[in-house]
Amino acid sequence: MDKNHKTTGDKLVYMANQIATFFHTQPKSEAVEGVSNHINLFWESRMRAQLFDILEKEDNGLDPLVIEAAPHIRKPGPVPA
Amino acid sequence: MSLIHEIDFGTPASKSEKMISLTIDGNEVTVPEGTSLMRAAMEAGIQVPKLCATDMVDAFGSCRLCLIEIEGRNGTPASCTTPAMQGLVVHTQTQRLKDIRKGVMELYISDHPLDCLTCAANGDCELQDMAGAVGLRDVRYGYEGDNHVFAKSKNDNVANDRWMPKDESNPYFTYDPAKCIVCSRCVRACEEVQGTFALTIEGRGFSSRVSPGMHEHFIDSECVSCGACVQACPTATLTEKSVIQIGQPEHSKVTTCAYCGVGCSFKAEMRGEELVRMVPYKDGKANRGHSCVKGRFAYGYSTHKDRILNPMIREKVSDPWREVTWEEAYKHVASEFRRIQYQYGRNSIGGITSSRCTNEETYLVQKLVRAGFGNNNVDTCARVCHSPTGYGLNKTFGTSAGTQDFDSVEHTDVVIVIGANPTDGHPVFASRLKKRLRQGAKLIVIDPRRIDLVRSPHIKAAHHLPLRPGTNVAVVTSLSHVIVTEGLFNEKFIRERCDWDEFQDWAAFVSMPEHSPEAIEQLTGVPPQALREAARLFATGGNGAIYYGLGVTEHSQGSTTVMAIANLAMATGNIGRKGVGVNPLRGQNNVQGSCDMGSFPHELPGYRHVSDDTTRDIFDKLWGVKLQNEPGLRIPNMLDAAVDGTFKGIYIQGEDILQSDPDTKHVAAGLAAMECVVVQDLFLNETANYAHVFLPGSTFLEKDGTFTNAERRINRVRKVMSPLNGYADWEVTQTLAQAMGLNWNYTHPSQIMDEVALTTPSFAGVSYDLLEKEGSVQWPCNEKAPLGTPIMHIDSFARGKGKFVRTEYVATDERTGPRFPLLLTTGRILSQYNVGAQTRRTDNVMWHEEDRLEIHAHDAELRGIRDGDWVKISSRSGETTLRALITDRVSPGVVYTTFHHPTTQANVITTDFTDWATNCPEYKVTAVQVGASNGPSDWQIEYDEQARKSRRIVQTLDAAE
Repeated sequence: MDKNHKTTGDKLVYMANQIATFFHTQPKSEAVEGVSNHINLFWESRMRAQLFDILEKEDNGLDPLVIEAAPHIRKPGPVPA
Repeated sequence: MSLIHEIDFGTPASKSEKMISLTIDGNEVTVPEGTSLMRAAMEAGIQVPKLCATDMVDAFGSCRLCLIEIEGRNGTPASCTTPAMQGLVVHTQTQRLKDIRKGVMELYISDHPLDCLTCAANGDCELQDMAGAVGLRDVRYGYEGDNHVFAKSKNDNVANDRWMPKDESNPYFTYDPAKCIVCSRCVRACEEVQGTFALTIEGRGFSSRVSPGMHEHFIDSECVSCGACVQACPTATLTEKSVIQIGQPEHSKVTTCAYCGVGCSFKAEMRGEELVRMVPYKDGKANRGHSCVKGRFAYGYSTHKDRILNPMIREKVSDPWREVTWEEAYKHVASEFRRIQYQYGRNSIGGITSSRCTNEETYLVQKLVRAGFGNNNVDTCARVCHSPTGYGLNKTFGTSAGTQDFDSVEHTDVVIVIGANPTDGHPVFASRLKKRLRQGAKLIVIDPRRIDLVRSPHIKAAHHLPLRPGTNVAVVTSLSHVIVTEGLFNEKFIRERCDWDEFQDWAAFVSMPEHSPEAIEQLTGVPPQALREAARLFATGGNGAIYYGLGVTEHSQGSTTVMAIANLAMATGNIGRKGVGVNPLRGQNNVQGSCDMGSFPHELPGYRHVSDDTTRDIFDKLWGVKLQNEPGLRIPNMLDAAVDGTFKGIYIQGEDILQSDPDTKHVAAGLAAMECVVVQDLFLNETANYAHVFLPGSTFLEKDGTFTNAERRINRVRKVMSPLNGYADWEVTQTLAQAMGLNWNYTHPSQIMDEVALTTPSFAGVSYDLLEKEGSVQWPCNEKAPLGTPIMHIDSFARGKGKFVRTEYVATDERTGPRFPLLLTTGRILSQYNVGAQTRRTDNVMWHEEDRLEIHAHDAELRGIRDGDWVKISSRSGETTLRALITDRVSPGVVYTTFHHPTTQANVITTDFTDWATNCPEYKVTAVQVGASNGPSDWQIEYDEQARKSRRIVQTLDAAE
């Protein structure tokens, strides 16, 4: 794959970091909640599941703010049958 | 059913609130001060004969037919140019007036052909009507002398120099100078209504003639074919070719244009089920009787031979299509979707609603996904255009929509147009804006390209800030920097209406020296002095309104720019009254509506998040299901999931994601990875190349429903002909839902709107009955606002206090470098619409038969490119070829193209970068290289071949029956 055609995992890291980049510029008190809220509101469960998988990895490339917000990101439940 | 006749009052309405009374032909009449006697008479039901007057343009007083007598005054003044005054006693019919009028008519008719029976205007000719009205019985002068009527002299067969042949160069209307009475209504309509100034009267006295440009053909002139002149013409001089071919219409219905987000009202004038012409409707509150070339004329696609009228199925996308019955198609889709869900899980399928379809149809598609598929995987094309508007305005104001109606522009003093090109993208709004600018309002254009509004006849922007693509946030934040640091903000408004602490935090942020115009010049390329002056003008120039388009939203920082715009409006107190506001110019006819109807994967109708238990409960009870509380996949996420193998089926109504979405190769890979792609459309669009099932769609002329335009206005769409494919789109979705086991039984779209009203507070008051009565309403429409809400946030913001948000500029990762040194930005052109599926199937191709690459002469010369040369344009994503157009409208370093033609495949080049908040693609910035080329790229050849193959149809249905 060339540079522009990333895997979904790469894209999710990129997207999470983009969100973090915005909330870095917001008042400190709102930053962590801003990131977790945003992901909770707009990310579908399999995207969040993949994000948690990525968070497990050591060198995951995620912005520290995303890592700080991770405990506040909702764990996806089982998909109803 | 009958033809809707609108009253022509002769002159425009006066806006004065002071009323005066006078007597006309013995009737007491009360009218606003400033009303003409002609209009006052018409208000009393008295029609003074007239030819050069019509209420779409100002009075001119040239035809001398509308003369009247006023007691106590000398002479016979023209009623169109004489204002009504308190106490006047006016007579419209006296012996003296009768004699004069008859004499004037005699002169007109002495230079007019008498071919009334075979004339296209027969039945709709004001000249004929007036001859009747004044009792003309005889023309004493004959045609032997000078005339414009005959090509050759009758006596000696010598060519008549005064005669001019018919100009049939415009594809939609003809100009027959022989029938012209030189009333100049067309010239004035072009100036006053459209604002193009393409027409003039050439010559003097008896030689006077209407002339497009410098005695050119219409098609070669500056004419933009809006149709205002045709509408204004009282004779057959300017006539729709469709009327010439078909004849006069016999009935009409008011409906709404299906092109852009302006949402113009038209009368569809019919003969039987044949559409004779579309005439803009004077009472249409978005367009006030005006139109553009698309809505007025480009409807031919609705009966184009390319329309697919039978459902089709195929096993593999490499197979040819096989025509099937509707029953078979529904059964196949239902069983495939159920199979996929059984095999891959409930969340493995989804749907895309159409911003081209009605609110009711959109509502049904999202309902099918949520209640039938049992997930929230529904999205709409707003994802790729105005999703940042939804996010940004919701954060700052509390509502995901524009704040004004279009009438508001009539009260605006300073306009900022940023990232929008209204004369091409939203032409009817542009005409209304230009009218206001000609009255003296000031204009600030923020755009990388020198769009027409920057400089066109009688319009000149006070400032054009030609920023580098991708630097909107820096520029808008810097405007606020100037306003805050120079103390030009509206403290009273901010203290009353916004959170003061948040304002102070924001004010400190924008005041930082790195946000000054001088500091950002290096990034943005905008001269600091011009930026400062623009900021001062906006803050101090009176009512300030901001209009923006996709040049704002389609960036990595699209949502941030929307918030920066909202900040700017709040800081200057420009919210909550006429003439101000934040106005997103929405792209598609019903993109506002499709968002309102719950097309986003995280929101139920009325912008309520799926995690909200109270809202879900309303739908759970009504629909008898248990809705998921998890947001679904957005379009780009669906495609990613498809490539990953967890998303396998999709129902796409009226949307061509393969052509319109960025990074075509990725879209194609996603579609190719799915097991059941269902496309519902008028034509075999590009996405259908990857479809397994094709369901024929219907046009806006073939169904009832509503569209919601950029000003939140809910307009009726009315069925004027039977669907060629047999069913309106809502019926197709309903039957598909039934095939999937849902118990739906709507018999008319009005019942769907009733369900929307029942479940959605902002639509609680909306019903077809109300729309019938009011014509249209703007949501919110409920108990608090029974007739709708033209202007929002009047006393307080929807969210309570307006929220200021820090907007830090972050450069996009799409950067130029040695390999890709130029920035490509994209846009559209007046005559074509979006992916062009409709307009390319009309005569509009005469104005734009291919996409061209606009490139500055400097960049072109460096590369040895001449105007018209084939060039290759490549980015990190891919490459394509098209022909170059050398221009100084773009700055050096920036290139521009449209994306109306599938052969160009402009989205092969665009990348997968998206807005941080909404995943709206970054169409407006792509780093590219441009070089000479011999012809189509390998990808284009390969794509054409694949597209050709995938469109093959085996006609088996007839044989089977």
